Amino acid sequence: MKIHEFQAKDLFRDFGISVPSGLLATTPSQAVENAKSIPGPPWVVKAQIHAGGRGKGGGVRLVRSLEELSKAADEILSSPLITPQTGPAGQKVRQVLIEEGLEIEREFYLGIVIDRKLESPVMIFSQAGGMEIEEVSAQHPELVLIERIDSTHGFMPYQARNFFYALDPMPDKKMLKDFSATMTRLYKLFLSKDCSLVEINPLVLTKSGNVVALDAKINFDDNALFRQKEIAQLHDPHEMDELEVKAAESNLNYIRLDGNIGAMVNGAGLAMATMDVIKLAGAEPANFLDVGGGASEEMVTNGLKIILSDERVKAILINIFGGIMRCDVLARGVVNAAKEVEINVPLIVRLEGTNVEEGREILKNSDLDFSVAQDIEEAARMVAKQVN
Amino acid sequence: MGILVDENTKVVVQGITGNEGTFHTKQMLAYGTNIVAGMTPGKGGAEVEGIPVLNRVKDAVGIYSANTSCIFVPPPFAADAMIEAADAGIDVIVCITEGIPTLDMIKAVTFIRKCGAVLIGPNTPGIISPGKTKVGIMPGHVHKQGSIGVLSRSGTLTYEVVDQLTRAGLGQSTCIGLGGDPIVGASFVDHLQRFKEDTETKGVVLIGEIGGTAEEEAAEYIEEEFGKPVAAFIAGQTAPPGRRMGHAGAIISGGKGKAEDKIHALKSHGITVVLNLGQLGKTALQVFT
Repeated sequence: MKIHEFQAKDLFRDFGISVPSGLLATTPSQAVENAKSIPGPPWVVKAQIHAGGRGKGGGVRLVRSLEELSKAADEILSSPLITPQTGPAGQKVRQVLIEEGLEIEREFYLGIVIDRKLESPVMIFSQAGGMEIEEVSAQHPELVLIERIDSTHGFMPYQARNFFYALDPMPDKKMLKDFSATMTRLYKLFLSKDCSLVEINPLVLTKSGNVVALDAKINFDDNALFRQKEIAQLHDPHEMDELEVKAAESNLNYIRLDGNIGAMVNGAGLAMATMDVIKLAGAEPANFLDVGGGASEEMVTNGLKIILSDERVKAILINIFGGIMRCDVLARGVVNAAKEVEINVPLIVRLEGTNVEEGREILKNSDLDFSVAQDIEEAARMVAKQVN
Repeated sequence: MGILVDENTKVVVQGITGNEGTFHTKQMLAYGTNIVAGMTPGKGGAEVEGIPVLNRVKDAVGIYSANTSCIFVPPPFAADAMIEAADAGIDVIVCITEGIPTLDMIKAVTFIRKCGAVLIGPNTPGIISPGKTKVGIMPGHVHKQGSIGVLSRSGTLTYEVVDQLTRAGLGQSTCIGLGGDPIVGASFVDHLQRFKEDTETKGVVLIGEIGGTAEEEAAEYIEEEFGKPVAAFIAGQTAPPGRRMGHAGAIISGGKGKAEDKIHALKSHGITVVLNLGQLGKTALQVFT
């Protein structure tokens, strides 16, 4: 789960990590009002959306007067923000964060992620702050320093020293204490809130000698939300596709894509592979939908309804390999969905596995109009033919 | 032969009194799996399908000589269940549970490794040595005893692949679901090392997906040391970056974990990669005969 920058900064404050003074606003006039109680000018106006690359899309502006601030807030709030991560339609901005503008001496990168290969969290530090860390890592790997964090003793003081004494040029030695504290607190936050990623880019050293998190990004482990109730409440459904919100309510794994072939599959791996086969057959999948290894009739019905409410869908492929999930359950779910909503696009069904004969029989005896495919390859060819 | 589980496997089912636990205990018994005990704390003394239910895994090992555990415990309690099994001296721990917090898994895998046990999963369909035993939730009837090892990060996709192999006349020695989570007990390479030593296994089908670099590491190992033929398939060629595709571990992040990179790595190490899932059975037949 992702959260907004201002929410992440609230958590930073709770854990004693310094952030600039700032207030949230939903209108230009509120932005102006709030700015009056924040040190400045200059101020910074920052669009609050989950997608990265906000600066490149004009979603982060430095302003030097209240007039400029009002204009910047108005522009950001009035039209969708397009960044390299939002797609061409952009993302509507509902809130802006107004912050004091700091005088910056140096910029750094500080982050914690889970390293799958090392099977532990790692802290990443770089003196090339403010740039994308993937880019720095590709072009100047020597500038990206990594420390593995052992789960038994946590982040240790020597690891902060390993980072600090590698800096070139080295800041005043007095600063080690502040860097070390920021790192230790960041790990404490990572651990106690079940994060999957925390990132400060840039972490800055100000001209007045403070270590401050200028930006803040936190992702949480979805699997741990059951024990992080306060974090779960930070979820912003506005950031999700409307159909994805609906699917989540029915406990379905659904991701909307750009194509026009609706796909319903049981199991995540098979769902991905089915999308791939559709593409190989010359068409584009409209979605990823995994109804689960043990889906109920109701989940199948809901899944099909969600696919049908996507107006771009021109044909549907149902691919089920019945293992734990029985083919007759699937068939009944499809027939039920057809009673509630009209299926007005071609439907291709491929069933295999447990109770397959019974499933085929149920579909055949319904008044549904559909075609049966013998295997996954044929299914993809048949569905692609409908749109090409 | 085959690896990790066979006719000598004695299973304790942790969480046997839950819906899933009871259902799959029946299925495993029907396949011929030797389930010696069940375990649910507080339900000791009960019976499920004629299997005695215990309060402690310790007793399953001490009294019933269990050497393998199959776990159907809900996510909040799963780490405790895995660690209990390892501490009790279980050799092979199969954790079916999906949705365990990553930080719990980091602690669990560290401890299990220290105990010298092998963990399969979590978020796995389990492990089956066809004709001998099944410890997990896969449909037994699509499998056939034979000499091909199957390693996969997925569930139903594996059943599809196994079904194609069986139809092509290629039986299986052992099929293992590694698990769909970011942190799992054993990697492709860990199991490939076991398949290398197994005289019954003549070749391996490797089914990967987006996320992480386990397939890239496997590719290197296969070319340098494995010495048996391998056919591979990677799911997620059309997956968008940054999105979690059902499995918690199936995510392309920071430009890493893409299907095309994995396919490229496998091919450049001389491994046959099937691009179209529908062709897997046919291609496997060419690779293994």
